[in-house]
Amino acid sequence: MDLYEYQAKDLFAAHGVPVLPGDVASTPEEARAIAERLGQTVVIKAQVKTGGRGKAGGVKLSDTADGAQEKAEAILGLDIKGHITRKVLVTVASDIAEEYYFSFLLDRANRTFLAMASAEGGMEIEQLAVERPDALAKVPVDAIKGVDLATARDIATQAKIPAAVLEQAAEVIVKLWETFVSEDATLVEVNPLVRDPQDKVIALDGKVTLDENAAFRQPGHAALVDKDAEDPLEAAAKAKDLNYVKLDGQVGIIGNGAGLVMSTLDVVAYAGEKHKGVKPANFLDIGGGASAEVMANGLHIILGDPDVKSVFVNVFGGITACDAVANGIVAALQILGDEATKPLVVRLDGNNVDEGRRILAEANHPLVTVVDTMDNAADKAAELAAAGV
Amino acid sequence: MAIFLTENSKVIVQGITGSEGTKHTARMLKSGTNVVGGVNPRKAGTKVEIEGQSLPVFATVAEAIAETGADVSVIFVPPKFAKDAVLEAIDAEIGLAVVITEGIPVHDSAYFWAHAVATGHKTRIIGPNCPGLISPGKSNAGIIPADITGPGKIGLVSKSGTLTYQMMYELRDIGFSSAVGIGGDPIIGTTHIDALAAFEADPETELIVMIGEIGGDAEERAAAYIKEHVTKPVVGYVAGFTAPEGKTMGHAGAIVSGSAGTAQAKKEALEAAGVKVGKTPSETAALARELFTARG
Repeated sequence: MDLYEYQAKDLFAAHGVPVLPGDVASTPEEARAIAERLGQTVVIKAQVKTGGRGKAGGVKLSDTADGAQEKAEAILGLDIKGHITRKVLVTVASDIAEEYYFSFLLDRANRTFLAMASAEGGMEIEQLAVERPDALAKVPVDAIKGVDLATARDIATQAKIPAAVLEQAAEVIVKLWETFVSEDATLVEVNPLVRDPQDKVIALDGKVTLDENAAFRQPGHAALVDKDAEDPLEAAAKAKDLNYVKLDGQVGIIGNGAGLVMSTLDVVAYAGEKHKGVKPANFLDIGGGASAEVMANGLHIILGDPDVKSVFVNVFGGITACDAVANGIVAALQILGDEATKPLVVRLDGNNVDEGRRILAEANHPLVTVVDTMDNAADKAAELAAAGV
Repeated sequence: MAIFLTENSKVIVQGITGSEGTKHTARMLKSGTNVVGGVNPRKAGTKVEIEGQSLPVFATVAEAIAETGADVSVIFVPPKFAKDAVLEAIDAEIGLAVVITEGIPVHDSAYFWAHAVATGHKTRIIGPNCPGLISPGKSNAGIIPADITGPGKIGLVSKSGTLTYQMMYELRDIGFSSAVGIGGDPIIGTTHIDALAAFEADPETELIVMIGEIGGDAEERAAAYIKEHVTKPVVGYVAGFTAPEGKTMGHAGAIVSGSAGTAQAKKEALEAAGVKVGKTPSETAALARELFTARG
């Protein structure tokens, strides 16, 4: 889960990383009140989970509370690369002497953590990595040893952080590591990490990604989910423990296992090329157990998407037996009753497939077509969707 | 031969008394795996009856090894306890630890991987979040269905469980030396490259099928490895060609890998290494069949 800047900075503050005072506002009036309370020049920043806010007009300075309200009004509602701004962060504006870059992240290739740091911050890090690779220090971090002050000094030195603030930068790096570990983050990024004219090192921005697998030991993280920004169908699916992602096509997809479902999306998209260009409407992985209830929940979510014109159920019975899946489909259609109005194409293979197909044939539901291979079933589902477009 | 798992493998199950552990131990036994016991400190000294066999439960992996000569552990313990279970397997120096558990925090995986490195790689880890591996007709460590296909000459390595099953099904008439589900987590103990190296060295394997999916750059690295070190024919498949961009990958991650992580980028890297890549599972199977038949 990616956090907003204000949430990242809250975590930073909780772990002792220096940030500037400020607060988050959902209305221009709230922004004004925060600016009044801060009593000095403030910066108003759009809270969106994407880069390029400055260029899009999502970051503005104001000397007065009136101005802060006005600028917040202009920024709230702003569409930045498809992200609607619902909140602004109002913080004290800082004078900047120098800008640095810092991050901790996962290094998949080396199966460890990595610190990336540079004395040349502020610019897009992708650009820095390409144009000035020598200026970007990449230091592997041992997951067991972690980052103590000595390691942090080493990282800061490799990044060519000036001697005058090296010790301070090292202390900030240790605290960022504490944030990274104790919050179960997979990314902690500060760009820019600044040196102000008084030689104070401050995190001026913050980007944090949290590991959802750690939810069982991070009770505070649930409150960081932005429910307003969630797709309503995705939220409904999440509430039922289903792994669902809304896409913009017309063929609803249900399958078991993330890889097979992803593969199903591909096969349906290719089939759609021959049928008015229809595409998959969603990703839905029902996992190992395809009980009637899980199947009904899945179908309920997919049929709740008005764009869906047909549904493709693609199951390879590994541990799950196909007869259980078939019974699940039949029972789900009973549970859904009149709600089920779209044609269903079912492909079953694997464990107990003959019995599964027999059950579906016997039920003989008018909406259900059973097709024997994944390719042919995708074609049928695309054809039916195209007929409904 | 086969890789990592043979007819001589002696398997224990960490978490044998849990519902998943018991269910899959039964399936492993049924498919002929030599399961010699299990581990659960709270039930040490007792026996569990599974598939008509009476299996001893030990307090620790070390004790299980001492008593049974076990060299493979399959781990079914819940995410909360998985880190300690894997650390215990590593400390006992078991040859192979297959971590089936899904949902382990990545900081925990990074920790046990670092521990495995620090202690000299005495334990090969497969997973986490994987279906395990099967050497058909010999042994089955994990949850891959044993009845899809039998022994043969194809080696399969895959990030995804159900795609593994699908591919085994598509090529069921040829059969497999071993099929390894390495898991899709960001940190895994056995990579595509590790499995490719083992299949290259395995005299029983004549053709390798490699299945990847979007995200990370494991497939690109595997492509570079194939170009340098693999002489056997390799057929590839990458799932997620039509997946929307930017769902899971942070931009800092892309810098490290130097790859976009898209299916297209992976396909191109594999093809540049001489790997034939299918657009769908059925097309991939057709390519594999063609190469297998033509190998002479």
